[in-house]
Amino acid sequence: MATRQTRILAHAATAPSTLVLFLWMIVPLAMTIYFSLLRYSLLDPGNESFIGLVNYEYFLSDPAFFAALFNTLKLVGGVLLISVVGGILLALLLDQPCWGRGIVRLMVIAPFFVMPTVSALIWKNLLMHPVQGLFAWIANLLGLQPIDWFAQAPLTAITLIVAWQWLPFATLILLTAIQSLDEEQKEAAEMDGTPPLSFFFYIVLPHLARPITVVILIETIFLLNVFAEILVTTGGGPGNLTTNIPFLVYAQALLQFDVGGASAGGIIAVILANIVAIFLVRMIGRNLEA
Amino acid sequence: MARAHSLRRRTITTAACWLVGLVIFFPILWMAVTSFKTELEAVEIPPKFLFFDWTTENYGVVQERSNYLLFATNSILLSLGSTLVGLLFAIPAAWAMAFAPGKRTKDLLLWMLSTKMMPPVGALIPIYLLFRDLHLLNTRGGMIAVLFLLNLPIIIWMLFTYFKEIPGEILEAARMDGATLWREIVYVLAPMAVPGIASTVLLNVILAWNEAFWTLNLTTTDAAPLTVFIASYSSPEGLFWAKLSAASTLAIAPILVLGWFSQKQLVRGLTFGAVK
Amino acid sequence: MKLMLRALSGACVLAALAFPAAADTKLTIATVNNGDMIRMQRLADDFTSKNPDISLEWVTLEENVLRQKVTTDIATKGGQFDVLTIGTYEVPIWAKKGWLVPLDNLGAAYDVDDLLPAIRSGLSLDGTLYAAPFYGESSMVMYRKDLFEKAGLTMPDAPSWDFIAEAARKITDPSGGVYGICLRGKAGWGENMAFLTATANSFGARWFDENWKPQFDQPEWKNTLAFYTQLMKDAGPPGASSNGFNENLALFNSGRCGMWIDATVAASFVTNPKESKVADKVGFALAPDNGLGKRGNWLWAWSLAVPAGSQKTDAAQKFIAWATGKDYLKLVAEKEGWANVPPGTRTSLYENPDYQKAAPFAKMTLDSINSADPTKPTVKPVPYVGVQFVAIPEFQGLGTQVGQLFSAALSGDTTVDQALQSAQAIATREMTKAGYIK
Repeated sequence: MATRQTRILAHAATAPSTLVLFLWMIVPLAMTIYFSLLRYSLLDPGNESFIGLVNYEYFLSDPAFFAALFNTLKLVGGVLLISVVGGILLALLLDQPCWGRGIVRLMVIAPFFVMPTVSALIWKNLLMHPVQGLFAWIANLLGLQPIDWFAQAPLTAITLIVAWQWLPFATLILLTAIQSLDEEQKEAAEMDGTPPLSFFFYIVLPHLARPITVVILIETIFLLNVFAEILVTTGGGPGNLTTNIPFLVYAQALLQFDVGGASAGGIIAVILANIVAIFLVRMIGRNLEA
Repeated sequence: MARAHSLRRRTITTAACWLVGLVIFFPILWMAVTSFKTELEAVEIPPKFLFFDWTTENYGVVQERSNYLLFATNSILLSLGSTLVGLLFAIPAAWAMAFAPGKRTKDLLLWMLSTKMMPPVGALIPIYLLFRDLHLLNTRGGMIAVLFLLNLPIIIWMLFTYFKEIPGEILEAARMDGATLWREIVYVLAPMAVPGIASTVLLNVILAWNEAFWTLNLTTTDAAPLTVFIASYSSPEGLFWAKLSAASTLAIAPILVLGWFSQKQLVRGLTFGAVK
Repeated sequence: MKLMLRALSGACVLAALAFPAAADTKLTIATVNNGDMIRMQRLADDFTSKNPDISLEWVTLEENVLRQKVTTDIATKGGQFDVLTIGTYEVPIWAKKGWLVPLDNLGAAYDVDDLLPAIRSGLSLDGTLYAAPFYGESSMVMYRKDLFEKAGLTMPDAPSWDFIAEAARKITDPSGGVYGICLRGKAGWGENMAFLTATANSFGARWFDENWKPQFDQPEWKNTLAFYTQLMKDAGPPGASSNGFNENLALFNSGRCGMWIDATVAASFVTNPKESKVADKVGFALAPDNGLGKRGNWLWAWSLAVPAGSQKTDAAQKFIAWATGKDYLKLVAEKEGWANVPPGTRTSLYENPDYQKAAPFAKMTLDSINSADPTKPTVKPVPYVGVQFVAIPEFQGLGTQVGQLFSAALSGDTTVDQALQSAQAIATREMTKAGYIK
């Protein structure tokens, strides 16, 4: 039971972070809400005028809006699935004794070090290109028709690239968590001859519940904002197949330089992100307690 | 018997580890190999894996064209600086949330994460205007502040998760023994939290290192990190794969070294933690 | 935090002290990372040694990032740059806003009349020059002489689209890894739409009529898009819907394309034996036409301008006069040979016999540039300026949206009719929102 004194201490300890984050959130948010109600083009400064909710109307009625919404969800879902499942498997593997474990770990973490634009360019041009990419060459060696990634399955291709970048994040967090699992517990299970599968499902997985939740929540926040990879590989095409919400906002902000429209898009994106977050917390949030 | 068994097992897991590791690492390896090719060889099919004229020409060009050291110094200062400031704020906060949780702790955590929900492009103009008026454009201080604020929620979350793993009874025992809060944190909490802190530092340094939206838009020269350096090597008109590969290899080299050290730290931290 | 900041600012002061005493005026120059600009950076010692009171600081970025930064900065009056590198798209828009300083102080030796007329008119507003061209480019056909010979074809200097289509289909040999024609397909206003808008001009199409009404419902656009998608289906490489300049350059250089229609700047890449397998087999021709009086080539000039509000206007103009003047061309020729001189800006360059000898593509580049007219880009009259773009602020966003639709028509995700219908709807919507259509 926390005493009065510790509670005061706890408040004092969280206050600085809360305060700076509050400022960092509220000032841009207030400005963005204000701008979203204006007709405000960066290319036409000085002529701002109040237009109410028109910017929201245009953003929501954009023919690409619903496609973008679903693409965003598909991208987030796909990457989460690959990185969490892959991350658990990798963490289990890397926890095993093996020679050169340090180097292997570094190799697995390394994709996280590469800047998103660079890894997207490398994947698109050196690996996935249907004529001169390495994958096409391998397919030809095997006598198969090379996949035209960015025409046949553009969103899948982008999901793969992004998942490759985020797999290390999940792996590293889960690996650290597995390592904190009691050595004794592991040894005891081995002594008892507990079958590995039930050891995994009854001991390891419950132990990983909280870290997995954290991985999902943090990755979701980042994945909702993916757009550099899309810009350099497909430019949102073909059609709307790879357009997501951040890409729409990008088009408003940095192609049209329509600050009003971009602000409205930003606010809508925040609302959608909140809905997704509430949903996630409902599903897995209880893992955060205890 | 047992030894033979474990030797066999070790061989199998070693093979599996290396196989998986190499598959995941392959694109980076390929990038590094490409950086030693000419632009023509870089796009040639069938690809050449080892037997081509290895050339360091691309590195020469990169070195001649831009002041790599300035960019690298900025990257190191910005990513380490922002992570360090972040830790100063986050350790007490995460400590309090993990060991003296109140009714609102979970909400507070989720709210902190929600500060990251705004798509950066949506907030670019407001932040740009603020920075212009505060004279923070293109300054290291301004960039450290931005990266610190961007990553603070992540740092708190990760530390919170790791602190939660530490059994609270140990801390209470220390408190019973009359340890002050400071001693409690330094002598009891910190050693057990080392692996968690190490991986938090590593991940956040990387996040700051690769942050390519704000660093590109708010800096020009003096405070520009390696993301800006990279942005001068990709181009919509001009084939620069080999040079881009060389520049990217240079850009991840310092952080790869850091990764090597901190992953050793992760393992060492584990043995500390085991002595409970 | 405070301590940290103090330590950092201390470090900054130390760093500043470590450098030699700064010159009087420091110019911050924002520029794109194209080969010619990087060469200028390398040769800039020539300028600073002649002007010891001016020092230069470079911000070199890829084109899209640069455009974002420069636009944000100039629109918010951030004042981070003294010299900007911008294109023919921005100059008319920004000059009209009063964001650029008129270049009236370039010096007597500058010889403004030597600038190519098409380029000069693209960079002027009401007869006043607002940006000085550093290099200009158009687009043209690059083709493989050996493949044409093998197929028994001869490329005319000024081919028609029908000939191009026929030749492309004849040359195509997928089993041998050769595709008749490589064209841009990646969505974006500066990607596939640059090519398609220029091509549409030669088919008699236009973006808007005189009342800013979008024209995608007209037969000319349908002809353009149907021709393009069918040609690419029959004779284009796989993956065309995400190919941009770089992807096509790589394909052409590794001998995969019979023809490639793209920027004239590519000529120096495809003829460079260090980068291209087919360096000695490339021929050039004008961009094709349909006999309607307009060719399908574009016009672009990377140019240097001074933002209004800069405190260093005189020094900035001095620098611009150096970088775009005749002496700079000579300097490059001396140091790196005539073939590396930035092309497409000055008449005198194309009259220079040394240059004609060193650059086999010189004549074709000049003819291409001269045949494009940004003030009268289309067969039918239009209310806008610009060949492969429409010089209005809304075009980047609109062009990108339409580009996505057209790349879907290319990949086969939608039909040509659907793509045009959606394009018409989107263009009408955006133009209404922006207030062009009342």
